[in-house]
Amino acid sequence: MSDLRDLYQEVIFDHYKKPRNFHPLAGANRKAEGFNPLCGDQLTLYLKLRDGVIQDASFEGSGCAISTASASLLTESVKGKTEQEAEVLFQGFHNLVTRDAAAPAPDLGKLEVLGGVREFPARVKCATLAWHTLHAALANQVETVSTE
Amino acid sequence: MKTTASEIVAVQAAHGEFDVSRAREDFPILMQTVHGRPLVYLDNAATSQKPRGVIECESRYYATLNANIHRGLHDLSQRATEAFEAAREKVRCFINAADTKEIVFVRGTTEAINLVAQSYGRSRFKPGDEILLTEMEHHSNIVPWQLLCEQTGAVLRVAPMDDVGELLLDEFEKLLSPRTKLVTVAHVSNALGTVNPVRRIVDLAHSVGIPVVVDGAQAVPHLKVDVRALNCDFYAFSGHKLYGPTGIGVLYGKAALLEAMPPYQGGGDMISQVTFAKTMYNTLPYKFEAGTPNIAGGIGLGAAIDYVESIGIEAIAAHENDLLAYATRCAGEVSGLTVIGKASEKAGILSFTLEGVHPHDIGTILDHEGIAIRSGHHCAMPIMDHFHVPATARASFALYNTREEIDALFHGLGKVQELFAQ
Repeated sequence: MSDLRDLYQEVIFDHYKKPRNFHPLAGANRKAEGFNPLCGDQLTLYLKLRDGVIQDASFEGSGCAISTASASLLTESVKGKTEQEAEVLFQGFHNLVTRDAAAPAPDLGKLEVLGGVREFPARVKCATLAWHTLHAALANQVETVSTE
Repeated sequence: MKTTASEIVAVQAAHGEFDVSRAREDFPILMQTVHGRPLVYLDNAATSQKPRGVIECESRYYATLNANIHRGLHDLSQRATEAFEAAREKVRCFINAADTKEIVFVRGTTEAINLVAQSYGRSRFKPGDEILLTEMEHHSNIVPWQLLCEQTGAVLRVAPMDDVGELLLDEFEKLLSPRTKLVTVAHVSNALGTVNPVRRIVDLAHSVGIPVVVDGAQAVPHLKVDVRALNCDFYAFSGHKLYGPTGIGVLYGKAALLEAMPPYQGGGDMISQVTFAKTMYNTLPYKFEAGTPNIAGGIGLGAAIDYVESIGIEAIAAHENDLLAYATRCAGEVSGLTVIGKASEKAGILSFTLEGVHPHDIGTILDHEGIAIRSGHHCAMPIMDHFHVPATARASFALYNTREEIDALFHGLGKVQELFAQ
């Protein structure tokens, strides 16, 4: 089960069982819905954006361990980032969960615990749902984002 | 105490039932390992595995018989036509239809239902007409009717189920009204396993002159289906869930209804005479089989029916019912496990949730144990809404599954709980 442990790392269980920033956000000026119709994962992401900087981020919803932990980690990691920095992080994260393990990658800090997802192609959508939703929130899209 | 495989074989031998370990040898795919573990295939409601006889039959068709049917004067074409039509006769006999002209080959259940919606419904439904279905339908028995509603102004009415997953027949009856023009119902629910009382539904609908469509995708592999005993007007099923090839399925329709319906698609094979002024349509069932059909698939489906009949659908049903009862008992011993769908009459499906673990995580962890189940909404989102769950995990059984495999499933679920307990 060693490769399963790569996917289900302790940090992921921690964020699944105790998701951070798991509430609606008072004063949020960006909001987007994410939905994975395949597994029923759904989340709402809230951002408080001022002068191009993400002052605060939170989410609500229900999903599997991977999607919940990913959303929780996302809200922690984008706080204080500019929109542009958040987009760079999105690209970096996307590469992390889809790239060849040998390819060089930027330092993503805590987000790297989700790197194990790359060995589980069926679960990549779980890990990226929150990030696609972030992308939509930053682009100020109002419609639900689907991973399908 | 768990029963061992050898004890099961002994019990089966004593009851004169089929030998599951011998049957397993007929399915080449079951011999493989997945992630280093013997494959335990419990996703049969999605598609069943194929016995060697079906695989070889399709291969033999292409190697020795391939030609287009119903049009060639040459020997190959005639032999291919005979083989295809022999398969139609096997289907007729298998579901006890009155005539082969009532057996229309289609791609699968989905296409069969779309055919009825578009050919039967579109030509006669008017704004305000009602189509009555149940809360436990698969999306393929919802969406074709919604498309029809958009086209005609007809509306859907939904008969509710209770919290064990049984149709509320009283409510169903109340929803039958002079506006109702068609009833459509799953014989067996793919997400819950509920066996619906189709004959009673048909009687209720017919008493007020309403025809009934039955989605038999999950029923045909698990119980004896007799369309004349059911007295339904249409019955749809897929070959690939019945140990046959993908891309082939059947629409049974009563001849009088099919005769009165316009063609679904236009093309070759479905005509008798074409001029630019007017086209005469072919007779049944060819009127509904435009274009070159899935010839190899049809013949392969015939081989699958031969295989099922060599064991006997009753023996298969008895074996699967034993597996379901055993799995349900095992499920009752797992804390935090909730069975979704506890109808008194079920076939082949154990749908469940595990407290604190999303079904997708269950699916991934079981996969690493070599166990294939399905996680998700099973193309039945209204059922998920009813039970207030985003998804379930589903183990579904076939003739080649064993109690040992169910032990492996529950051993795997123990590992899931262990991992998530940390």
